[in-house]
This record gives sequence, structure tokens and C-alpha cells, in this order.
Amino acid sequence: MPDVMKPEILKRTKALSVNPLKTSATLGAALAFLGFRRAIPMLHGSQGCTAFGKVFFVRHFREPIPIQSTAMEQVSAIMGANENVVEGLRVLCEKSQPDLIGVPTTGLAETQGTDIHMAVREFRAKYPQYDAIPIVAVSTPDFTGCMESGFALAVRAIIDDLVPDAATAGTKPGRRRRQVNVLAGSALTPGDLEHLKELIESFGLRPVVLPDLSDSLDGHLPEEEFNPLTIGGALVNELATLGDAAATLVIGASMDAAADLLKARTGVPEHRFQHLMGLTAVDALVQTLIAISGNPVPERVERQRAQLQDAMLDCHFMLGLTRVAIAADADLLIGFSQFLAGVGAETVAVVAPATAPALEHVCCDRVAIGDLEDLESMAREREAEILIGSSHAVHTAQRLDIPLLRAGFPQYDRVGGYQRTWIGYQGARTALFDLANLLLTLERGEIHPYYSRLSPRPDEPRQHTH
Amino acid sequence: MSMNRKDIAALLDEPACAHNQKAKAGCSKPKPGATAGGCAFDGAQIALLPIADVAHIVHGSIACAGSSWDSRGTRSSGPTLFKIGMTTDLTEQDVIMGRGEKRLFHAIKQAIDSYRPAAVFVYNTCIPAMIGDDIEAVCKQAQARWGTPVVPVDAAGFYGTKNLGNRIAGEAMVKYVCGTREPDPVPAGIERPDFKVHDIALVGEYNIAGEQWHVLPLFDELGLRVLCTLSGDARFRDVQTMHRSQVNMMVCSKAMINVARKLEATYGTPWFEGSFYGVADVSQALRDFARIIADPDLTARTEAVIAREEAAINARLEPWRARLKGKRVLLYTGGVKSWSIVSALQDLGMSVVATGTKKSTEEDKARIRALMGEDAVMIDDGNPRALIKIVHEQRVDCLIAGGRNLYTALKARIPFLDINQEREFGYEGYVGMLELAKQLCLTIESPIWDAVRRPAPWAIGGSAVHAAADTAAESIIADADDASAAEVARA
Repeated sequence: MPDVMKPEILKRTKALSVNPLKTSATLGAALAFLGFRRAIPMLHGSQGCTAFGKVFFVRHFREPIPIQSTAMEQVSAIMGANENVVEGLRVLCEKSQPDLIGVPTTGLAETQGTDIHMAVREFRAKYPQYDAIPIVAVSTPDFTGCMESGFALAVRAIIDDLVPDAATAGTKPGRRRRQVNVLAGSALTPGDLEHLKELIESFGLRPVVLPDLSDSLDGHLPEEEFNPLTIGGALVNELATLGDAAATLVIGASMDAAADLLKARTGVPEHRFQHLMGLTAVDALVQTLIAISGNPVPERVERQRAQLQDAMLDCHFMLGLTRVAIAADADLLIGFSQFLAGVGAETVAVVAPATAPALEHVCCDRVAIGDLEDLESMAREREAEILIGSSHAVHTAQRLDIPLLRAGFPQYDRVGGYQRTWIGYQGARTALFDLANLLLTLERGEIHPYYSRLSPRPDEPRQHTH
Repeated sequence: MSMNRKDIAALLDEPACAHNQKAKAGCSKPKPGATAGGCAFDGAQIALLPIADVAHIVHGSIACAGSSWDSRGTRSSGPTLFKIGMTTDLTEQDVIMGRGEKRLFHAIKQAIDSYRPAAVFVYNTCIPAMIGDDIEAVCKQAQARWGTPVVPVDAAGFYGTKNLGNRIAGEAMVKYVCGTREPDPVPAGIERPDFKVHDIALVGEYNIAGEQWHVLPLFDELGLRVLCTLSGDARFRDVQTMHRSQVNMMVCSKAMINVARKLEATYGTPWFEGSFYGVADVSQALRDFARIIADPDLTARTEAVIAREEAAINARLEPWRARLKGKRVLLYTGGVKSWSIVSALQDLGMSVVATGTKKSTEEDKARIRALMGEDAVMIDDGNPRALIKIVHEQRVDCLIAGGRNLYTALKARIPFLDINQEREFGYEGYVGMLELAKQLCLTIESPIWDAVRRPAPWAIGGSAVHAAADTAAESIIADADDASAAEVARA
């Protein structure tokens, strides 16, 4: 990677978070469950936790979002809410027989002292007729971490509950010679995953993506008019086959703990990638796919690589020495900052919503844990010229008077943000073009007209003043 | 064609042009199959288009205006009429039926009715010249009918090179426009006993990216009133008063040398050649004005301004010079003076290993030798292969050339700086050097060069990174015929 210098991590110092950047870990976990077919997350908390979360995802994906709540209220908040969990699970099982129910906890439930696993055990004891329906509980209070960490915790919990031990299940790495498991972090959009699957398939391999948002929340129109569950995603029953795969690809440092567990359970050889943005990162992935498949690089991929190189040449004039501000979760920050450094841009203002060990890989001199207000002052002070962030950063960018490239969660003021492809040679190329085009709208190097006092032109209106 | 052979020969036989002293007189002819330059129409349009309040009508079929309008980086502080593309867009029927003149006449009326221009310039092109449209007569008639000045610029493409077109354009200004108006009085309250305002003109300065606005404040401060810039950010009424200039500065070597010479012959205006690129050259240009005008107050003011500006810019350039020191540059300029840019680059601590001289005068070449030494590699033929070959032979860090060579350089994985008229950054004046330094660092220091030269990790011999790139470039060059290599003459 271009930069080996570790950034200084500036801890949060303010009492008040202004224009928050953070999305809760609870919602991150919910999102992970939404990446499985016929699944539904049920947040253990008050109705509001779910209602807000639902709106959040609906606006971002422009899709109906199956999500439920244990609907804690005054009494259960004080007297204990396990009954809410049991009842909620019963209703979901009875009504729609899902393939997977996720139960992420909220801050309310955790503060109350919920033992969510015990609540699930109570349900199992009471309703053995639903034993076949997998239920995965995960502790994701919103006072810890952020969307990325909650997402990763949920994936780890799914592996923990549903991927059998190799010895017990008799799985054997490489038995399915063409199967490649993909642990996909929350930084990957449905568009990214779609591209990743195509790339893997182009090597004659069969990807099993966990979670697979590109199959559930890619915005496709299904036959049925209504479905109370997710309409696509990873197949829960395929979790039992992960141990037979030839390899596991892990995308995003946030997935490390989940990957560790999967490796321990299955022994499937793994390959970890912090991100897949830019030439170097994608080269590493392609090389791995060559090694796994034994197949040569498809001509189409070679061409896409050469196209990216050409775009790097064309765009370096605009991107070189450009000062960039980014607000995002750690994996996306790492990806963008390294990608930008690779084309000569400087990431000068960086804010992450929560701390993460991987932040030391962000390509810049300091990362602030904070909010969009922090980003704004940092970007202003350090004269950032372009901002990368979610739709929440629109006003930040307006006040800074710099353009915004939308990335991350949520994106509600545009259509199709969820489907945007950042990864791969093609994704990087499009990102370069978009960044360069935004920069071309700036009047950089602009020389303002000079009006001579010796030769006044009184009949002409002035455009600018010095 | 309305411009006859004698007129063209007279323009080519430019007495002020130093390479006219050689046995082989005049400018070189383009070589079929081996040209990259523009035509006379291109040159004429480029020279005059920056005159901002004029309706510039291209009389011809669509290719001439269609392929060129709205591509110039020149800027105006006021009117934007010059940005509006206008052409008679002749059709086959116009050609067959001989309706070109009539269409032009109506086109001029339409432009005047719609845009109330200060004047209309009509650029002739190949087809009307071939079919014998008398654009001079049409312009004369149109001017008489509608009372707006209408100036013919008869520079059809096949008359010759872009450079000839520059001169034809300059000729048209001297012939039809200069001397048709007296300058306004100097605004009240500016002149004092020790501050007399002197009138000057800049010839061949195009205000690319607004770069002359870096220089104009200095002239204001010194009491040098720029009556007219030909043609950056100019107005038609400025050009009318150009004959009253006390000193003319030729800013771009050969482009409109005939204008300076004719103004000298007709009005006795002295002129000098100079440049606004590089700290030393800006100072030199200011001193040359003071020297010729010979006003002791002006001389004193000039030295004070130079001392102040040089100190300020040198301090600001310090960090950039450290980054650029020792970097090797190949300079291949088109319209911009090679010697002038050479000194600007040397000023930044860079080493110019070779320079293009296709459009340079003998005097320019002498200056280049003085700056770069007798071993200076001069490139007369800027074909892409020859340029790439030199880049590799001379271990060049950056190619500085016109936009048309940009993508050639990029395909050869060579850092590049655009120096031509389409560029988006202004480098003139003391302040302009900062932008020049920044843009040079931006490309030279970019991490992409390694990324694009490096073969894919799965390619065979993945370690021989640069060797592979060089071999690829050499195999390209191996195809080049020996003639082009021979044209890379050592001075």
C-alpha cells in the first residue's frame, strides 16, 4: 500500500455530537440479516428502534424492508422483556416460517440487562415445533461501535450458530473444488457484490457470498406482490457447505473476527482483503482467483485493468494533489484513502463514527472519531476541495462550498446509490471519472479578471471582484 | 481565391524574420503525410478569436467551425460574444448554385441583428476560396448597408500553415482596423507630475486561462496603459487605437511579427520581443518597456516593482524548487516560445534536455543555445515517436507540450504538462510560476506512473517493471523510419 505511516487517532472530545455520522450497530446487524433469503431481523427494543431503522433502509434502498420489533414498552422495559422476544419469535414463525430470524439487541434491551440468548432458549423450550427455523441472536447495543461493527458481529453470530464444526459435520476444505466463500463486509454495496460474483464466476468458480445483499436488496422486481421476508440473499442451508469450499475470501478488515471463527470451524484456507478499490487491491484479488481456480485471467478482465490504467492517466491531472475529506466507517475510509493516494490525491480530513483497529490503515496523518461537524471544521481548516460521504454530508459540502461524492450510508437524496459499484477495475474507473468530473466543476487555478484603472470599460458589467 | 499568390508570398517573406536571411527564404512548407500542424484558417481564427465583442463568422462548410469552435482557453473580462460559434455552414446546393456570397451577406445581417456586435469578422475557408466567393466585396457591402464594421480575414486553409494564418489575421487588423479611432483620454486624477501614463500594446498575447491578469496589475502600477492586447481580452475598439501605442511588445515570437513591423513602418512605433513566462523574463519585459520609453520616473518605479515582486515570488517558490530540482524536461512547444519556457523551467531548477524548435526563429534558436548550451538537443520534427524516443534516451521526467501530444505521452506512460492554448491553467507573470510549479509536481510526483508501468502481477517476468515498459516503447520506435530520427538534429 502506498502509505505505511500510521495515522494518529483523535478520540472524541465533544459532549454533543452535531450532524452525526454514525449509524447504529443495531442497524448494521439488521442489514447483515437482510442479506439472507427468506429472512427477517427483529430488533429487540422499543418499536421506535425498528421504525426508524426501517425508514432508514427504505429511503436508502428504495425497497420494502422486512424488519420487526419486540416492541418493548414501559412494563417490559422494567420487568423484563424476554416474553416479548418469545412472543415476537412465535408470531414471526407462525406467520411466515422464515428461513432465518435475526435478533439484534438495541441499547434499551442491553441497558435493561437482557440475556438475549437466554430469551431465545426460552422460546425454543416453549415452542419446539419451530426448532427447524434458525434464530440468530446478537448483542449489538447502539452505544457501542457503528454500522460496520454491528454488521460484522451479526455475520460472526450467524457463523457461530449455523456453520457446523468440520469434525462434527464431516466437511472437508476443497471437496467443493469450485466453491469460494465470500465474507463481505458492510462497505460493499449490492452493486459491488454483483460485480464481485461476476468476477469470481469468470474464473470458473462458484461464489457463496455472506451476506448477499446483491441478491436481496439489489432493487429487482419480483413476481409476488408482497413478501413479508427478504426476497433474495444467501441461502441459509448453504451455510452447512462452507466447510467444503476451496477457499474463503474476506473483504473488509471489519470481518476479521467472523473470518477467524469461520477458519477455526472449517479450516478452509482464506484470503483477506481490506478493500477492493483501485488497481493494487484488485490485482491482489485477481491473483488470488488465479491461484484458487488455476485458470488464466479472462481477456475481459485484462482489458478492464488496462482501461483503469488509462483512466488513472487521464484523471491524475485533476486528482493529483487534490485535498479530499472523507466521512465513513473504517473499511470504506481505508478503501477510499488508499485508492485516492494511489492516484496522487491527499486525504486531508477524515472522520470515522467509531474507532476500529483497522483505522491505522487509513492513508492520512490523522483520523478523528467524531461527527460531520468535526469533518466540516477539519475540512475547512485543511482546505479540502472535495468531500466523500453519505447524503447527510450534503449540507456540510454546501457550507464548505465543495462538491460531494456520495458513498456509504444513508443515501436518500439520489436514486441508485446502493447499486453503485466501487470495486473492481471498472468500479475504480467510474469512481475516478466521477471524482475528476466533480473537480472539473471547480474553478481550480481560476484567475479572476483584472480591470485596469488606466483603461476603464464603464459600459461593461464586472464578473468577479478581486 | 481572393488572396493572390503575391500577397501570400509577401507574408511568407517576412523581412523581420531571422530565418529569412538564409539562402532558402521564407517559411517551410508542410509535408504531405507527415504533418501535425494546423492550417491558415486555424491560425487566423486563433489569432483573432479572443477579441471578445466581435461576431466571428466562419464562412465555409461545417468542418472548419464545427471542429474548432468553443475550444480555445482564452478568457474575457467582459463580453462573451466570441464564445458563440458562427458559421455559414455551406451546403452542397450553396456550392453548386454559387449561393455562398448571398448566404454570407445574410449571415452577417443575422449576426448583427441578433447580437449587436462591435464588429463582424469574416473568416474565409477553403471551399468559398475555391469557388471564388469575393468575401472582401461582401464585407464591404455589408458594412455599408448596416453600419457595423465588417472585416474580411482571408485565410483559407490551403493558403498555408497556421503560422501564415496568424500573419494574415494580423495583416487584416493593421489594414482594416488599426487607426480608425483615437484612444480615450487617460482617466482624470491618475497622472501626476512624477507619474506619467505611457501607452503600450501587447502583440501575440492571448490571455490563455486569464493569465495576462497576472501581469496587468503591474502595468497599472507602473503607469503603462495597455491600449490593446492583440488579442487576449481585447475589444474591437482597443484594436482601433493600437497605432497610438508608444512601444509594442511581441509576446509570441513569429506569430504576428508582421504586425509589429508594419506598425513600426507606418507609425514609427518601436517594438521588442519578450515573454511573461519565468521570473527573469517578466522582469526583463518590464525593464524593456522602461528602457525604450526612457522616462526616469518609470525606470525607478519599474526597478522597485521588480525588486518587490521577485523577493515575494522567490520566497513562495522555495518549497517547489526543492521538489523540482534536477528533474529532466523535454519541451516541445507549439505557439509558445521555447526559449522563454526554457528559462522559466531552469528558474525552477529543472534541466531542459531537449526542446522543439519547429516554430522558432534563428534568433530564438540562438537564445536557446545561450540558455541550454551548445549541446542543446533541438527537435525540428515533433512526431510522437521521435518525442518518445528522446524521452527514453534522455531519461526525461516530464514532457511539456501542446494538448495534441497529451494522450500520446500518456499512452507512453510519460508525465505530461500541457502548455498549449487549450490548457486550463495560466502560467504568466510572477504568480503564474507558482501554478506552473504545482502542475509540474502534480504530474511528475504522481504515484500512478508506477501503477501504469507495472505489468499485472500475473504477467510473466513481473519483476522487470521498467524494462518491460521501455522495451514496449522501443518496439514502437523501431517501427519509425530513420528519417524521423534523423530530423532530431543536434545543434
